[in-house]
Amino acid sequence: MVKSEKELGWKDLEVGCDVKEPGNGSQYRTGDWRSVRPVWDKTKCIKCGVCYIFCPDAAIKKDEEGYFEADLYYCKGCGICAHECVTGCITMVEEEE
Amino acid sequence: MGKRVGIETSIAAAEAVKMANVDVVAAYPITPQTHIVEHLSEFVADGVLDAEFVPVESEHSAMSVCCGSSAVGARTFTCTSSQGLALMNEIVFIASALRLPIVMILANRSLSSPLSIWNDHTDVMSVRDVGWIQLFTENAQEVFDHVFFAFRVAEDPKVSFPVMVNVDGFILTHVIEPVEFWDQEQVDRYLPEFKPVHRLHPDNPTTMGAFAMPGLFAETKKAQDEALKSTMPVILKAWKEMGEMVGRHYHPVEGYQTEGAETLILTMGSMGETASIAVDRLRAQGKPVGQLKIRLWRPFPFKEFREAAKGAKHIIVLDRAISYSGPGGPVASEIRAALYGEKDMPIVTNFIAGLAGRDVTPGDFINMYDQTIDMAKGNVRQEDYIFYGVRE
Repeated sequence: MVKSEKELGWKDLEVGCDVKEPGNGSQYRTGDWRSVRPVWDKTKCIKCGVCYIFCPDAAIKKDEEGYFEADLYYCKGCGICAHECVTGCITMVEEEE
Repeated sequence: MGKRVGIETSIAAAEAVKMANVDVVAAYPITPQTHIVEHLSEFVADGVLDAEFVPVESEHSAMSVCCGSSAVGARTFTCTSSQGLALMNEIVFIASALRLPIVMILANRSLSSPLSIWNDHTDVMSVRDVGWIQLFTENAQEVFDHVFFAFRVAEDPKVSFPVMVNVDGFILTHVIEPVEFWDQEQVDRYLPEFKPVHRLHPDNPTTMGAFAMPGLFAETKKAQDEALKSTMPVILKAWKEMGEMVGRHYHPVEGYQTEGAETLILTMGSMGETASIAVDRLRAQGKPVGQLKIRLWRPFPFKEFREAAKGAKHIIVLDRAISYSGPGGPVASEIRAALYGEKDMPIVTNFIAGLAGRDVTPGDFINMYDQTIDMAKGNVRQEDYIFYGVRE
């Protein structure tokens, strides 16, 4: 997208508001919705990946050591990962900023 | 010039859709639109029309199929009435917002309840604000001509909007009238090949119908509104060229006996012809009466209407739909709004009549005229709308 959503004027839009750039939904920062954030306790995590599989927004990624973490650009803080976690290593903590 | 034949309006409409060489027809049968799509399905079954006829399971699906086929660049036609239009309603909004040049004939019929299959304008007024180009026809010839007009305007690259042709149910759809056909060569000359301005195609991926956040939605609607308003030159040109080709001249607002008219009777659709008879009779009595017919309902022809209404003291508006407890019938409300602030604004008297197939005769129009003149003499504030001819 050349301009961000909030910079686009009505004359900039394509006929029928078509989106010509495939996959530009990835620019949408759903992380703004979050009020709580998942935090992993690495001492309890067994790297099983259940959180990664259940995340409805594919917002969980693997770090170099094989542990999982949330991509906070997209994570909405729904808490499904914490709910599904086998060992209970994920805690949802309040966003304070 | 094509041959002149006596033909049922619905059959003539189907013949015109065939001559327009439509690619896809998706429709669900509903009275009084049925003859049109039945006839089209026969054409396809008989192999005389090379099109996909999609016999969907509901009108919601009919309009959904139309959106899909139009989006890939197929010339698309559908037809419905009343409850059918109500059922497809949510997709009707989408068709215009996505700028898909679908053509629909709406065989106008009342909506339940009470159940009625008969003609009035309740259905079309329920979709007044969907953003389609909407026009009204008065006789079979106009319906036939406006099938070509509708495709031509809808598919024009400067337009790319769906077009709704309103045809009064039964009163028009089921009558046999003389229709002068066009030659196929005329149709082909008038209606160029459909070249969509945007389409779904694997070579050029695009997303139609994405979502918009509050930060963008208003811009999308402003773009849609401006685009619809800017269709007027194409509409006028399409009528002008049709007039040059077949000798019938159509306009957004058409007048009859308006010269020196102090009172204008305003109609939309087939009752225009009845009102014309009343105007002739009143003129014969020396009464200064004329008639206006709104042919183009959306985009509303403000300029042409104000010009046509200039000099009138009274405008009698016939509404064939109700805005319950509102400021008047839908047509009268718009007429009043269009006149607001004009110099020497005429008084608008609004009669609700012709609901669900109730006859409105020339005599009724004369009564409406007499009532209007009496009320004007009494110098009292008029009712916002009057149910005409309702028994106590």
